[in-house]
Amino acid sequence: MIQLPDVEQLLQQMEADLRQTLARRGVTDPVMVGIRTGGVWLAEQLNQRLGLSGPLGELDISFYRDDFSRLGLNPRVKPSSLPFDTEGRDIVLIDDVLMSGRTIRAAMNEIFDYGRPASIILAVLMDLGKRELPIQPDVTGQVVSMAPNQRVKLRGPAPLRLELRETSE
Amino acid sequence: MTAQDTSTTSLQLTEEGQLRHFLTLDGLDRALLTDILDTADSFIEVGERSIKKVPLLRGRTVVNLFFESSTRTRSTFELAAKRLSADVLNLDINTSATSKGESLSDTLLNLEAMASDMFVVRHSQSGAPHFIAESVTPGVAIINAGDGRHAHPTQAMLDMLTIRQHKGRFEGLKVAIVGDILHSRVARSQIRALQELGAAEVRVIAPATLLPRSVEALGCTVEYDMTRGMKDLDVVIMLRLQKERMEGALLPSEREFYRLYGLSREKLALAHPDCIVMHPGPINRGVEIESAVADGPQSVILDQVTNGIAIRMAVMSMAMGGQMADRNRQSLERKVL
Repeated sequence: MIQLPDVEQLLQQMEADLRQTLARRGVTDPVMVGIRTGGVWLAEQLNQRLGLSGPLGELDISFYRDDFSRLGLNPRVKPSSLPFDTEGRDIVLIDDVLMSGRTIRAAMNEIFDYGRPASIILAVLMDLGKRELPIQPDVTGQVVSMAPNQRVKLRGPAPLRLELRETSE
Repeated sequence: MTAQDTSTTSLQLTEEGQLRHFLTLDGLDRALLTDILDTADSFIEVGERSIKKVPLLRGRTVVNLFFESSTRTRSTFELAAKRLSADVLNLDINTSATSKGESLSDTLLNLEAMASDMFVVRHSQSGAPHFIAESVTPGVAIINAGDGRHAHPTQAMLDMLTIRQHKGRFEGLKVAIVGDILHSRVARSQIRALQELGAAEVRVIAPATLLPRSVEALGCTVEYDMTRGMKDLDVVIMLRLQKERMEGALLPSEREFYRLYGLSREKLALAHPDCIVMHPGPINRGVEIESAVADGPQSVILDQVTNGIAIRMAVMSMAMGGQMADRNRQSLERKVL
């Protein structure tokens, strides 16, 4: 049985790493974009911690998923919202759990349909490995390895906590 | 539900309850209608982006099969398909030349040979899209763009989206549909949608000659006098008056019709002050609606057009998704066997 980390601690870690990464890249005016739903909660937290005043972006990647041809359309789709001009901006893309990398690919495709950003930095709360695409995070709360039947989910928005689920497969 | 309804339901829904065709609103429950409206809301946002396209139907071919001409409906379906990244073929087919049954089957065989994935069908005969959905190759989705006097489900759903945008709900709303109810496929679909979504009252306002004989069976309130009928309305939907109905002696004259059933500023003033005015278009100014009302602050007629694109994107992507999920399930089942 794995011990799930405390989200508050991970956020502290992410905040420190994100400050470093932004400084190293010379990014002074980033905008945060969270992937629904967990990524949006984290983006709200990090936006506050970094003292950013700008509005947050929220992405629902349902229209960009590569499994549409197998599963059909997600009936719970909500409108995406990027309430700023993405053209030429430095974007911090935030998600809760990184695995195959397919969600991040879909999110980047969607962001480019709003305009061409100057750069995208990827920050995730947990990296579970098992990548299927060449995508790596710039900022990671924690790398965790899990058994094939285990899934982790972020619950929120307040308080934020991680939940472990085991499937029967 | 009648046996006919049950067979239509199993035709247009997958075992999982996803859409795979969109033929009629009959048999679709409130949850599914709400899903369609919610999905359309997300597509409205896509229409406001720098690149107004999503990749859902990339590599798919959509054929607009119009046996009856309609500029607006066809162009919004075309735009919807293109915004979903599909390739679009527009075919306007005049049915009068050949025997209808034969030409329909032949046309379909030819189009299927071109590996089409979806047919958007408009036909003057009620039931034509249903007939096509029954006979088409599995995996091809059929969308009804209006058939005879039967149904025009995408028009009704874009009207529902417009009402929800402006009123925020359906519960408690009093909605009237005014004009030629008898010949209107739009009215039939609207009545069905409003009732399923929980409107408090659906009222039809028309002369007796333009009402179906069994109008009470539709579950609406009937009002012959528009001055009385406008009372307490939250939404008034005007229908287009087909000029040929005048020739059919169902109406005295355009001027007389306007006097009795045209939406003037005076008549609109009898409704709630925030009553919205809708019309499926194209409008006959001065016949069913006064220009000042059509262009006035309570008119949402142009919102209806914009919403038409989003609703069509929603049903097209949902039906195509249902077809693909179906195919995927079947191939998994074959593997298990």
